[in-house]
Amino acid sequence: MSRRTFFAAAVLLTLFLAGVASYYASEHPDGLEYVASETGFGDTAEESATADSPLADYTTRGVDNGRLSGAVAGVAGVGLVALLGGALFWTLGRRPHAGTSAGGTLPEPDQADA
Amino acid sequence: MHVPDGFLDAPTSLATGVVAAAGVAVALRGARRELDDRTAPMAGLVATFVFAAQMINFPVGAGTSGHLMGGALAAVLVGPWSAVLCVSVVLLVQALLMADGGITALGTNVTLIALVTVTVGWATFVVLRRVLPLRPASVPIAAAVAAFISVPSAALVFTGLFAVGGQAPVDLSLVVAAMLGWHTLIGLGEAAVTGLVVASVMSTRPDLVYGARPLLAVRTLEIRMTRAGAAS
Repeated sequence: MSRRTFFAAAVLLTLFLAGVASYYASEHPDGLEYVASETGFGDTAEESATADSPLADYTTRGVDNGRLSGAVAGVAGVGLVALLGGALFWTLGRRPHAGTSAGGTLPEPDQADA
Repeated sequence: MHVPDGFLDAPTSLATGVVAAAGVAVALRGARRELDDRTAPMAGLVATFVFAAQMINFPVGAGTSGHLMGGALAAVLVGPWSAVLCVSVVLLVQALLMADGGITALGTNVTLIALVTVTVGWATFVVLRRVLPLRPASVPIAAAVAAFISVPSAALVFTGLFAVGGQAPVDLSLVVAAMLGWHTLIGLGEAAVTGLVVASVMSTRPDLVYGARPLLAVRTLEIRMTRAGAAS
């Protein structure tokens, strides 16, 4: 499989998970929430400072259709992670061209001929 | 396992914030050694995949659910330092935009879901890689076991933090037992997803799996030696 095909397939799978499959995710509390309410510290949870974010709880404010609301929030989240992560990893992965490879310090062929 | 605001007191949240900041700072230096033009896009891809996969809660027993944490998966695919950054970016977006995991609890969540799962997951993977036969098939198996162990490990560390800074007087032995019990089950899901994803990448583009590099290097060496042997 070519690198391009691999990345295209992975991006499609990611968008499918966030935009379509997430609608069918379990609505039950996660392990920590469940344990908290069972053992008696669930009530100490406070509402997040970002609870009024337009994408809070993976729903999109103003979009009434549940399926669409989750899909927009999921795809927006994927886009933002891709943007932030992409910028971060691209910056960290950049190599200064001089001094990293021995080839850079060799004279150019035409100079060597001269 | 996203911890909301309020579960832990301010000093504990501050302490985990310092741990998280230090961990991310070290990871920013370490990731430079793992990342180049070829692996940087893979790291970005893994971060987005972890975000999407974390939206898929799967049912676990009666009335409970779990989702992939992704620390072990990311470590095997892109290396432990980049993995810490992948999961941290996910947690940051979740806390700021989705109100998933508290803002004051962000340090706690980075500590548990990025630092603990990556550290435990990667350490387990490296040990298993040494023990298991040097074959491509060993990589997803080692990754799955590493993923399985990483989940109850994070649950245990949360319980430790709760023992120090919990905001409600509850029986700690109950919390330990329940956290470990449920997160062992969730760990099975983590293992299944991690094993499946790593096996898929190994079967299509094994060169993109950071954790498989020593193994691929050995195979390349074997091929070269065989060719050299045939030539002589």
